[in-house]
Amino acid sequence: MNFDIAIVIAIEMNIKVQNISKSYNKIKAVDAVTFEVNSGELFGLIGPDGAGKTTIFRILTTLLMPDEGNATVAEYDVVADYKAIRSSVGYMPGKFSLYQDLTVEENLEFFATIFGTTLAENYALIADIYIQLEPFKDRRAGALSGGMKQKLALCCALIHAPKVLFLDEPTTGVDPVSRKEFWQMLKRLQLKGITILVSTPYMDEASLCDRIALIQKGKILKIDAPQVITANYEKLIYDIQSKNTHGLIHDLKNYSSHYSVYAFGEFIHYIDKNVDFKPEDLQQYLEEKNHSDIIIKKAETTIEDVFMDL
Amino acid sequence: MVFETLQVSIIIMNKEKIIQVEKLTKTFGNFTAVKGITFDVYKGEIFGFLGANGAGKTTAMKMLIGISNPTSGKAIVAGLDVATQSDLVKMNIGYMSQKFSLYDDLTVNENITFFGGIYGLSRKQIKEKSIQLVEELEMQNVANNLVGALPLGWKQKLSFSVALLHEPKIVFLDEPTGGVDPITRRQFWEMIYTQAHKGTTIFVTTHYMDEAEYCDRVSIMVDGVIEALDTPKNLKQQFKVNSMNDVFLKLARNIE
Amino acid sequence: MKRFIGFVRKEFYHIFRDKRSMFILFGMPIAQIMLFGFAITNEINNVKIAVLDKSKDTETQKIIQKISNSTYFDIEQELSSESQIEAVFKRGKVKAVLVFENDFIKQLQTEKNAKVQVITDATDPNIANTISNYVTAMLQNYMQDKNKINNQKHQIETQTQLFYNPELKSVFTFVPGVMTVILMLVSAMMTSISITREKEMGTMEVLLVSPIKPIQVIIGKVFPYIFLSIINAAVILLLGYFVFKMPIEGSLFLLAVESVLFIICALSLGILISTLSNSQQTAMMISLFGLMLPVILLSGFIFPISSMPLPLQIISNIIPAKWFIIIIKAIMLKGAGFSIIWKETLILVGMTLLFISVSIKKYKIRLE
Repeated sequence: MNFDIAIVIAIEMNIKVQNISKSYNKIKAVDAVTFEVNSGELFGLIGPDGAGKTTIFRILTTLLMPDEGNATVAEYDVVADYKAIRSSVGYMPGKFSLYQDLTVEENLEFFATIFGTTLAENYALIADIYIQLEPFKDRRAGALSGGMKQKLALCCALIHAPKVLFLDEPTTGVDPVSRKEFWQMLKRLQLKGITILVSTPYMDEASLCDRIALIQKGKILKIDAPQVITANYEKLIYDIQSKNTHGLIHDLKNYSSHYSVYAFGEFIHYIDKNVDFKPEDLQQYLEEKNHSDIIIKKAETTIEDVFMDL
Repeated sequence: MVFETLQVSIIIMNKEKIIQVEKLTKTFGNFTAVKGITFDVYKGEIFGFLGANGAGKTTAMKMLIGISNPTSGKAIVAGLDVATQSDLVKMNIGYMSQKFSLYDDLTVNENITFFGGIYGLSRKQIKEKSIQLVEELEMQNVANNLVGALPLGWKQKLSFSVALLHEPKIVFLDEPTGGVDPITRRQFWEMIYTQAHKGTTIFVTTHYMDEAEYCDRVSIMVDGVIEALDTPKNLKQQFKVNSMNDVFLKLARNIE
Repeated sequence: MKRFIGFVRKEFYHIFRDKRSMFILFGMPIAQIMLFGFAITNEINNVKIAVLDKSKDTETQKIIQKISNSTYFDIEQELSSESQIEAVFKRGKVKAVLVFENDFIKQLQTEKNAKVQVITDATDPNIANTISNYVTAMLQNYMQDKNKINNQKHQIETQTQLFYNPELKSVFTFVPGVMTVILMLVSAMMTSISITREKEMGTMEVLLVSPIKPIQVIIGKVFPYIFLSIINAAVILLLGYFVFKMPIEGSLFLLAVESVLFIICALSLGILISTLSNSQQTAMMISLFGLMLPVILLSGFIFPISSMPLPLQIISNIIPAKWFIIIIKAIMLKGAGFSIIWKETLILVGMTLLFISVSIKKYKIRLE
């Protein structure tokens, strides 16, 4: 009889960022950012372009050195232990960094060899993603659609079975269908014990993360579970609709007690300054302004509402 | 139900068609990217042109703005044939894309002057326009700063205004709000609304499905074919869902 | 090692799938060598000259005969007096006039020194120069033959250039030149472009965040081009040898070793360029203007270094191509061994080491 004795050294696969700052030509791209990602967590950095998301990713993947502060990934320091981090994490940069002139299969094989592994070895991990790519395995990566490139880039980042995965804007410029599928894949990867740090400019994706950090202009505005963030939002938001959307925005902005007026899909999200706001008053005002088919009802708070009010 | 549809079509009949597309097709080698699409866009309308990646959106748009020749079919934009009068088409439309819009190494004013010059505005017109435009965008303080140093949202607003410099009848916007922060994104759409009210036709692509709701009519392309075209309200009714996002998911699922 | 092989395989895919690289790699050497060999040549053919033979003796007749028998010159006109010379030039047909002095044969036999004046139309200085070189060469040739027959020892000044290239075949200078240019182009430009392309596409980011070491990336990038450059050098030599009958007097092995040395030197320059630029375009511009032009203009490939102004002569010393051209010319035309070219070889080795150490120092393990 043979016994395989596996010695498991428990390494916390977490990410710790403390007071990180980074400037380019005197412009602060990241300004004293602090956050922590727990082992096995799906953590989202949510913010528009230019918020500093990519800079944070590059610092954590050891591609840039912070001007101030320190950070660790899986308990390795991003400056001192950069080699250890480089050989253990998975990283998918902003612009799906694939070799356009290599086929799907060649890309995968290449990334497998430089990580000292093979496609077969970790096939189980990428199987459900790769199955969708398999019909195109002889196609050059450059000839794939955005959604397919994204899936291939994810496979390449996963090929060495990393325990920590960095995905910088993996869904930018990708259509809603592919985006939805992509988030389902991330959830499945999380179940396999991978810690995932993901960034996105799409606020609606925030609710799919365990915890998020809202970030703008290099500063973190809020960190928490998305449900907690929306639940803690105190102001009441109303969905308002009428036949003339553009006129409605205009008229709401002229309503004396308005706090904020933002278009939200088919409705307009309206917040009033007064605590004792009465929808009937607004209804009357809008009717005076010749709006028809008016709907005023309480809305559900979204991350985007919170973000815009920060 | 039948009644309603009839009514809608009567209203539409009275509108002036500014884009007429008939059986427009584009083939690359043995791959047909756009498979004989037919649709009209009316004057002053905000027309959302949606589709998954690789559905043929960009190819179709390139034909409409006169930078790609149709393999077959016909497209009339602002009364001009895109196949034979592409130069005139370009003079009569505005175009703004997410990827390229302005020169990063020129200042705000220099960009305005340059694009004004390209579209044949006189010196006096350019001067007036730049003052007016900078004022409207509240960019007085940065008018002499390099565009590259502006936040993305400002850039996008500026490049929209620049695309309108020559007062085109139609503006084509290719993912104008990608990556822009939520507040600026809404300000951008307010600019679009205002422009549409002035009678400019807006032809816009986007990946934000909430923005699809802001359009007067929306078309959804799947695999080179227009699978659906109607007002957001009718589309949601037709597919019995609550949001344009769900309409899109229903239509575009299992592509490729 | 597996990593490295995987990397090199990927590089070959890139090269073989890019039509432009394939053309630069294989079309260009052949096209260039043919172009330089056949079209762009400073050889002269059927140039019309006039003769003013004041002596009209057997010797001058023989010389004139020899000249007119050659394919280089056609004797258009025999002049009778010096006053006609200018008129002849003004008509423009005749490019040179040979003037034999009075009592040519007597001077030659008694003083062992006779004068022939070559007057050329220097409106085109290059052609004028070439013509006078040709005439001088032919006269010297004639004297040599004559001396051999008569077994007489005449003091004849010979120029080494003519000695090693008696027919003044320009191909002999072009083959080494083209080989140098091609090796430089392929090695330096192609590697710098292929490295910067990874930066541009963002794939460099992924490579950096992986266990592969920077040195492996560099060697992996360079390796295919060493291989392809060697093939190129061989193709050029074969073309030179079989099509243009270029001699290879010296050791083929030495030639190969020196070529590999130069290839490595050029590759390390390519790596250096790639560390300085972030886009393919910049890399291309630096390679073209920083390397190609100096290689073509200052290496002695087209313009002889000795006729350059002093500052340029000094600058030409820092151009690796200059030393390589000297080396291969010496091996191919003179049959020189290592003992003769060790100095130039040492300079090339030094330069290579310098480029490699600078580029390793400059190579960024991070993005900034």
